[in-house]
Amino acid sequence: MEHFFLYSAIVLTVIIAVPMVRVVKGPTLFDRILATNAIATKTIVLICLTGYIYGRIDMFIDITLAYAVLGFLGSLVIAKYLSSHKIMRKREKEQSS
Amino acid sequence: MIQITFSVLFIILGIAFILMGSIGIIRLPDFYSRSHAASKSDTLGILFVIGGLIIYEGFTQSSLKLLFIIIFIWLSNPIGSHALARAALKKGIKPILYNRSTKTKEDS
Repeated sequence: MEHFFLYSAIVLTVIIAVPMVRVVKGPTLFDRILATNAIATKTIVLICLTGYIYGRIDMFIDITLAYAVLGFLGSLVIAKYLSSHKIMRKREKEQSS
Repeated sequence: MIQITFSVLFIILGIAFILMGSIGIIRLPDFYSRSHAASKSDTLGILFVIGGLIIYEGFTQSSLKLLFIIIFIWLSNPIGSHALARAALKKGIKPILYNRSTKTKEDS
């Protein structure tokens, strides 16, 4: 069963590398943030599978919880910052001048 | 034996859903459709994979914490995606809309 967890973790690593294309060549800033958020969400599953490979899920599960909170908070704070009024006004001033 | 079979089945199904979401992030043409692909299929895939791990684990303290992770992801992933789409709409990124009239104009 540990071999199955190892192979599924390898496949998941290859899948996580795919949205990096969108991070590098995304047309807008929001595409890059979205792809980073998707990578952070998939890394949660990868850490869980790593815990089962080493047989110490009771330690890795706490790391997973902390990582989930941090990834969610980062994307939410960046979204709120980009849509705040000060930033929008400053950008409008720069475009008009 | 049944436990291990169901666990393997759930993990393979979840990884297939995550793969579809990854392909959608690359292939779709628009920011809003990309956000649709990223939020929905990732949430369902993570539900399936961690559900398979819960079935493999049985009734322990770790499986309870895995259940907490599922509930947290169900709450957090759509909220983050919604906040990003709202910020993009406020900033003025236009979604691509295909009308029949524009399509015939391009064809002719």
